[in-house]
Amino acid sequence: MIVIIDYGAGNLRSVQKALEQLGYQSLITRDKTEIRTAKAIILPGVGSFDSAIKELRQHGLEGIIQEVIARKIPFLGICLGYQLLFQTSEEGSEKGLGIIEGAAKRFNFTGTSFSNHQIPHMGWNRLLIKHKNPLLKDIPEGSMVYFAHSYYPDPKDKAIIMTETDYGLNFASSIAKDNLFGIQFHPEKSGEVGLKMLKNFGSMLSK
Amino acid sequence: MLAKRIIPCLDVTEGRVVKGTKFLNLKDAGDPVELAEFYSKEGADELVFLDITASHEKRYIMIDVVMKTADRINIPFTVGGGINDIETIREILKAGADKVSINTAAIKRPEFIREAAEKFGSQCIVVAIDAKKIKNQKSKIKNNEWEVYTHGGRNKTGLDAIEWAKKAEKLGAGEILLTSMDRDGTQIGYDLELTSAIAKAVNIPVIASGGAGKLEHIYEALTRGHAQAALLASLLHFKQMTVKQIKTDLVNKGVVIRCDVC
Repeated sequence: MIVIIDYGAGNLRSVQKALEQLGYQSLITRDKTEIRTAKAIILPGVGSFDSAIKELRQHGLEGIIQEVIARKIPFLGICLGYQLLFQTSEEGSEKGLGIIEGAAKRFNFTGTSFSNHQIPHMGWNRLLIKHKNPLLKDIPEGSMVYFAHSYYPDPKDKAIIMTETDYGLNFASSIAKDNLFGIQFHPEKSGEVGLKMLKNFGSMLSK
Repeated sequence: MLAKRIIPCLDVTEGRVVKGTKFLNLKDAGDPVELAEFYSKEGADELVFLDITASHEKRYIMIDVVMKTADRINIPFTVGGGINDIETIREILKAGADKVSINTAAIKRPEFIREAAEKFGSQCIVVAIDAKKIKNQKSKIKNNEWEVYTHGGRNKTGLDAIEWAKKAEKLGAGEILLTSMDRDGTQIGYDLELTSAIAKAVNIPVIASGGAGKLEHIYEALTRGHAQAALLASLLHFKQMTVKQIKTDLVNKGVVIRCDVC
């Protein structure tokens, strides 16, 4: 069973439906026991950094997330769910989960030669593979995935960067550290490539 | 670098896809959910549903289409048509749509754009603009080139299309869906002048709509027209062309495009 953490943010249905298409059972929940006993966990994200982290705290989920990641349960943070893994974000003043060193930063192209780049970074862009990983199985270099965000994660440890994407600068569009994954794009909206990635994640289900 | 997008548009009335010329002479063109799945598999980057059902009491039919579509496709999609309150936007997004497109309601009350963008984020608010070339040279409209219309091109608004696009951006629109009423359904090509004038006036993506008939038209809209995306309807629904053909042509011409299947 894959658990999708529900903290009152946005529409989680599309992630669940994508998993269903791939034959994986999933459960949308904020129940601590269900999260603790999950075989794999997805932290989705819609909304803003501060309101999301406050919701997680309010439901007492901050500690549980840190605990399951420490236990190396396969864990996938998507979009804001990826940024929440960091220490801070320029989007807000709250502290993040602090599992990855670094911060989410705002795209800022003023005064650069990229001033025609629009914010949010929204649409299809390429994955430039930095480190091979089972999550990227059958996903070729340069594959396009769907993004919709104004802030980008900037991990301190560059060695954990799995893919980069070029939008005025090369940012860490995904990271991998043991069984912890963070991806900035939306796999559930990224056509076949996104489905492959979710399938690869599903195949990591802890036995 | 972001890829340019190819977006099939499905005009839906009471649960069926229809397509006409200049918003008239509607012909039945199929089941919306099946078509959505078909285009998604063919490599469409996004989809737009325009609900042209006249009666608001029948809104639930569209919500049902949105839910079924969201269950079956894995690309983003937009829903528009008669949306005039925050509650309807919430309902459509909750049913699984990624964006909503607003038109007449924004013209009647521009603050609606701001309210919607503040509530749900600019990334899911598309402002649709239907524009027509001004023929009367004595018109008092500012730039005196294109006027904004509503109700499928029947009603004039007195608004200049360029000024309106700028205002929509300022109020929080994340994207402009620009339809040339002169070209819609004609297949003689997008209005490149209109498209590039609007695209240069704003710093949000412009989706060109109305007039595609040949591969060359799409290439021109995305290059000379400065559009980020091209919207297509009858050309695809009546199988004159496929998404794959369009994308292959664009890739061959050096346009950055998502092309996993071509």
